[in-house]
Amino acid sequence: MSTTPPLPDGAPGEHVPPPAGTGTDAVTTTKEQPEPRSSSVLREILSSGWLVTVLAVVLALVLSGVLIAAADEEVQKAAGYFFSKPTDTLTAAWDAVSSAYVALFHGAVYDPSKDTFAASIKPLTETMTTSVPLILAGLGLGIGFRAGLFNIGAQGQIILGAVGAGWVAFHLDLPPVLHLLVAMLAAAVAGGLWAGIAGFLKARTGAHEVITTIMLNNIAVYLVAYLLTTSVLKNPGSTNPISPPVPESAQYPALLGGQFRLHWGFVVAVLAAVFVWWLMSRSTIGFKFRAVGSNLHAARTAGISVNASFVWVMVVAGALAGLGGSAQVLGTDKVLTADVAASFGFDAITVALLGRSKPLGTFFAGLLFGALRAGGFAMQARTGTPIDVVLVVQSLVVLFIAAPPLVRAVFHLPTPGTRRERAPRPTTKEVAA
Amino acid sequence: MKKLIRVAALSGAVALALTACGSAPSDDDTTPGAGATGGETTAAAPEEVDFKACMVSDSGGFEDKSFNQSGAEGLQRAADELGVQINMVESTAATDFTPNIDQMIADDCNLVIGVGFLLEDPIQAAAEANADVEFALIDSPFRDAEGGVVTIKNAKPLLFNTQEAAFLAGYVAAGTSATGTVATFGGIQLPSVSIFMDGFADGVAQYNTDSGKTVKVLGWDKAKQTGSFTGDFENQANGQNLAKGFIDQGADVIMPVAGPVGLGAAAAAKDAGDVALVGVDADWFLTAPDYSSIVLTSVMKEIGQAVYDTVKEAAAGSFSSEPYVGTLENGGIGIAPFHDFESKVPAEVTTRVEELKQQIISGELKVESPSQN
Repeated sequence: MSTTPPLPDGAPGEHVPPPAGTGTDAVTTTKEQPEPRSSSVLREILSSGWLVTVLAVVLALVLSGVLIAAADEEVQKAAGYFFSKPTDTLTAAWDAVSSAYVALFHGAVYDPSKDTFAASIKPLTETMTTSVPLILAGLGLGIGFRAGLFNIGAQGQIILGAVGAGWVAFHLDLPPVLHLLVAMLAAAVAGGLWAGIAGFLKARTGAHEVITTIMLNNIAVYLVAYLLTTSVLKNPGSTNPISPPVPESAQYPALLGGQFRLHWGFVVAVLAAVFVWWLMSRSTIGFKFRAVGSNLHAARTAGISVNASFVWVMVVAGALAGLGGSAQVLGTDKVLTADVAASFGFDAITVALLGRSKPLGTFFAGLLFGALRAGGFAMQARTGTPIDVVLVVQSLVVLFIAAPPLVRAVFHLPTPGTRRERAPRPTTKEVAA
Repeated sequence: MKKLIRVAALSGAVALALTACGSAPSDDDTTPGAGATGGETTAAAPEEVDFKACMVSDSGGFEDKSFNQSGAEGLQRAADELGVQINMVESTAATDFTPNIDQMIADDCNLVIGVGFLLEDPIQAAAEANADVEFALIDSPFRDAEGGVVTIKNAKPLLFNTQEAAFLAGYVAAGTSATGTVATFGGIQLPSVSIFMDGFADGVAQYNTDSGKTVKVLGWDKAKQTGSFTGDFENQANGQNLAKGFIDQGADVIMPVAGPVGLGAAAAAKDAGDVALVGVDADWFLTAPDYSSIVLTSVMKEIGQAVYDTVKEAAAGSFSSEPYVGTLENGGIGIAPFHDFESKVPAEVTTRVEELKQQIISGELKVESPSQN
């Protein structure tokens, strides 16, 4: 059985996933039977190298830079007389892009314009705060991906986790630490059960998890919207669909003092990453999960209960996503609204893919996306760059991650193993332009 | 394939060349600050005032054809007419509110305006933590943990008694309906939506009391607080289908309270021929020119004006935490002129509406809604 090899050190925010194809080699042996196409695509995505990942992020940033420049008013004005004075356009474009990315950095990592160190470092703590639900949900999704389950349901699982945590926080009156622990447990159970529905349906009826989890997302969205109009979650004093504030006894305590929003949820995310590493690399259950993901026919022949694995993979994934939801309600927002999951559940898919579904990779991918999100606020506020650009960066990252051959073609990287058609050079030009 | 790409590239280059042939401006009139763009606008016309007013949208964004947009327009007007500096940021989700507000405070804003009830807690927390910055919140008062309304000395709620204007619109609708059936629907069941529908239903009921007729309201039951909703503020097709259903049941006046979804209802009404529409938020006769011929009236909610007034007060140093409440009396809400329908609204209805308006203003008649803040 293979283990996760030692990893190179990476600065926070810089993503350094483990080399390709480590975890699954041991069980990828029999391949006679055709497998569902979705899982082979998934495997290809998960097995491409870290260089492709880094380049995909770089490429996404470059392309978004083109968009930032194109959307900038000064650039548009200067482009109107491009041929009589091209330098104006280029200067304006450079100014727009560099100021946007500098603001992104200042908003996500370190802001030197502040007087005190605490204020300067606050952006980094914001990045960490934002990354908590992404890491937790991403870890859960990663387990599913490695077990061959394309779980799209983190959004719904986060919502259910938030509902579970919120209900305990608002309705039970418990002493401080216990209250938080019970609320976290409720979040994990609610998220796990919600995801378990999809696992159960897959195991019992063969219903495809992509479809069932997407539908469960919709149900969760309307369920929380409904519960917020009833006494289950609604603040009795308000006419609006918003919960009462979370009592202090059920809140994640601040990690670095009251001036930062960073809370113990981050520690939970780190511990969860360690747990997932242990689960997937050291435990029998994790071995079964990976065996099912690599080749479920072989796994079945080897005596592994594939159906039970489906259910448990989903339950564990949902429990992690549910904990992510608890971090939002009990730590970051301290109140429950219908919007509690934002787009974390969907961003977490990207995080898991970017992290190659490995715990360490997912952790750093979560930090990177947290940084993009946190920095996006500063970028919008200081340079007027639309927040949508951040979404475009994220989407482009996914696009390139999902199409490793494209990235290899752009950078003329050799293709490992497989046969490939002629390098599509014109595509390269178009993409670069 | 290759040929096609060449043709595409060539035509692209030609297009670029044609658009890029303008002459460069001389070096003297260089445009200021290439770094600061877009969101940060400095008005040139009026004298510049050393005051910065900022706004954080809710997840609808500033182009929602609804309250975020109205608020942004009010702020832009303040920049143009008062010479204050402004900055606006959009939120994509509830989790963005606090970071966005923090960014605005870090950007040295003197006044930070939050749009929508979802920003209540973030604005409240920011107001308590930043005593030297002033805040305002559209569509919600501030509440303590038990839900009681509280006053925060550096934060001002901007509220609207929308039901009063919707009441008048309901009366007009009932008085104009030939079929004796009118309808309303919402986007999502939120207090800021159902408050329109409550007023509308009450207005119809008032007409029935006055005239002895029994005009029916489809789509909203005020007593039960249940009714028809399309489920979002985006999908116009849903609005069109719902409106068509109402028209099939005999409705000939429809009030959609669903932002742009209402345009779907307008399309259905126009197709049907003899169905009129009651607009919301702004005067649709002006803002939806494609449908102006079928706009009976509109329930107007002057968020832009409220924002403008708040900025003006704050810039003049006379900010107060006293809630602003838009009423028929102060013009913060109202109904639009009948325009093309001037001749079709019965004269006694027009006079009675004016009477009712005066009664509401004088306090003789109370129009209430459970969604009222």
